[in-house]
Amino acid sequence: MTMEIFAFFVFAFIAIVASVIVIGQGNPMYSVMSLIGSFGALAGLYVLLDAPFTAVTQIIIYAGAIMVLFLFVVMLLNVPREEPLPPSPIVKILGPTGVKLGALLSALFAAEIVWALSRIGTGSFAEGQAESLSSVRNIGRALFTEHAFAFEATSVLILVAMVGAVVLARKEH
Amino acid sequence: MHGPGRLARIEDAGWGALMLEWLLSWVTPLNVHLVLIVIIFNMLVLSAAFMVWMERKVCAYIQDRVGPNRVGVEGVLQPFADVIKLLMKEELRPKAADALLFVIAPVISATAAFAAFSVVPFGTELSLFGLLDQPIPLQVTDVNVAVLVIFAITSMGVYGIVLAGWSSNSKYSLLGGIRSSAQMISYELSYGLALAAVVMLAGSLSLREIVLNQSGTWFGFIPRWYVFLQPLGFLIYMTAGVAETNRAPFDFPEAEQELVAGYHTEYSSMSFALFFLAEYVNMVTVSAVAVSLYLGGWLGPILPDWLAWIWFLVKVFLLLFFYVWMRWTLPRYRYDQLMEFGWKWLLPVATLNLIATAALVLWME
Amino acid sequence: MVPLNYYLVLSGILFAIGTTGVFLRRNLITVMLSIEIMLNAVNLTFVAVGRYIGTVDGQIITFFVMTVAAAEAAVGLAIVIALFRHRETLSPDAFTSLKW
Repeated sequence: MTMEIFAFFVFAFIAIVASVIVIGQGNPMYSVMSLIGSFGALAGLYVLLDAPFTAVTQIIIYAGAIMVLFLFVVMLLNVPREEPLPPSPIVKILGPTGVKLGALLSALFAAEIVWALSRIGTGSFAEGQAESLSSVRNIGRALFTEHAFAFEATSVLILVAMVGAVVLARKEH
Repeated sequence: MHGPGRLARIEDAGWGALMLEWLLSWVTPLNVHLVLIVIIFNMLVLSAAFMVWMERKVCAYIQDRVGPNRVGVEGVLQPFADVIKLLMKEELRPKAADALLFVIAPVISATAAFAAFSVVPFGTELSLFGLLDQPIPLQVTDVNVAVLVIFAITSMGVYGIVLAGWSSNSKYSLLGGIRSSAQMISYELSYGLALAAVVMLAGSLSLREIVLNQSGTWFGFIPRWYVFLQPLGFLIYMTAGVAETNRAPFDFPEAEQELVAGYHTEYSSMSFALFFLAEYVNMVTVSAVAVSLYLGGWLGPILPDWLAWIWFLVKVFLLLFFYVWMRWTLPRYRYDQLMEFGWKWLLPVATLNLIATAALVLWME
Repeated sequence: MVPLNYYLVLSGILFAIGTTGVFLRRNLITVMLSIEIMLNAVNLTFVAVGRYIGTVDGQIITFFVMTVAAAEAAVGLAIVIALFRHRETLSPDAFTSLKW
């Protein structure tokens, strides 16, 4: 087993375990910290895929900014541990097995996706070009020439989101 | 190494030479690299200890007194005495504190502080007087997105502080933690813009390349450092760096008079030592990155290449002295003044600096 | 070399975990965290397939997905704060007034 495959399995394991912790346990603070761990593992996977810029951007934007936002909101609202499922009509019909049914369905979903994706065939990556290909220079060039419109539209999107967030979270007087 | 002519050579050369040859076979690039990493790590910890001593001595002389002079010559062993005292203290944990987060927070702070130093270059490639086949550069690793890596790891340092403030479950800690982390994320923007201006000038994101672009002189005696091309950028970077590391005059969140001790109020013994260590190592990292970006890294006139890291240490020392000097002469900003300065003043100036640098780069081509 | 399948299978598993979180969790913030997991799984697919084909477009799309995720998280959390001020709870079952 080469170092690459070993590193892949380590990062994949961390990502999956961290994601399961995020959805599986009650304390929201732990969920947020666990998701940060998952993002770190994904950044490692991006480095394995010869995409160092994407890896660093993932840490800066996702783990460094978006998760801080989540953390601040969790602390602001003093989010309690989750209450158990209130008795909605579905639960009255299915009983406590409703949750178990949901878990079974999601496992089936996962199995189906995994089956579908693994039928693509064992492709191997285009060799050789990667180093110079994903250099920041190439990414910048493609971003500002071919995808210039999307770039500008994204800046308008961020502006709109900023204004919207400030207006929505304001206290009513 | 093992061959038929060996015995003959032993009889010729003697056991001493054989031992030497066996020892030298351990000098491979990988082993030297590992030793280098251990040396860098220890130097960082020692530099934090040195900073403790320098801070107290400089503070004392600014305040017209002598400072620590009992332990060792001129108090040089004072930091070690401090560490031993801290280690012997009882490790307290408030009962209402969130156990896991309380323990993890100083670890995150210290880890981020050390990890950010891993891409800083402090010397040219050494080949250890020809022992190695390929020379190794004097840094832990050279990534070609090094500047972004520093930025990323610095943003992870926010978590240590905010988790410390929250998990201590006490008023002073929470206020200090929230204020401190809000300040850090606000000044990260100006920090990043100052970095972006230098990257534009140098055309590369790798710190080693940025330093190498600053070699040579104008008119024979002014070195081609970026501080001369970007004086405003240097000031912005240092200001944002001081605010990032929560040092005076931006240290309101840990101001002794107002908040007891801010986010590390409830910590004692080794955890407190870790926060302390993290703060000083952050200072060293910010200074080291500033030296690489603006002051020419290890480049200097007289010393030969393999001693060039001495210049690096001298420049970092000058910046650290500047840091300590600022702390004990300037009054601190009030929190709202601090935030207003960061958003309404420093950020527009940093943006203008970036635009001006872009115009300069275009004009020079 | 790690085959492309491995990355796609991992991405599928992460996406399924995210979807499970969205359906099963009774806390708005954890639901939003699960959405972030799904977006990350998609990012991984983009980068992996982009590397497989040999272009840099995968990473560019990732850049945009991250930006959109940031905007969506900001506005979503602002909405969650506003909702919390209204009902003092974060369970999605408390906000069912539009249901028939």
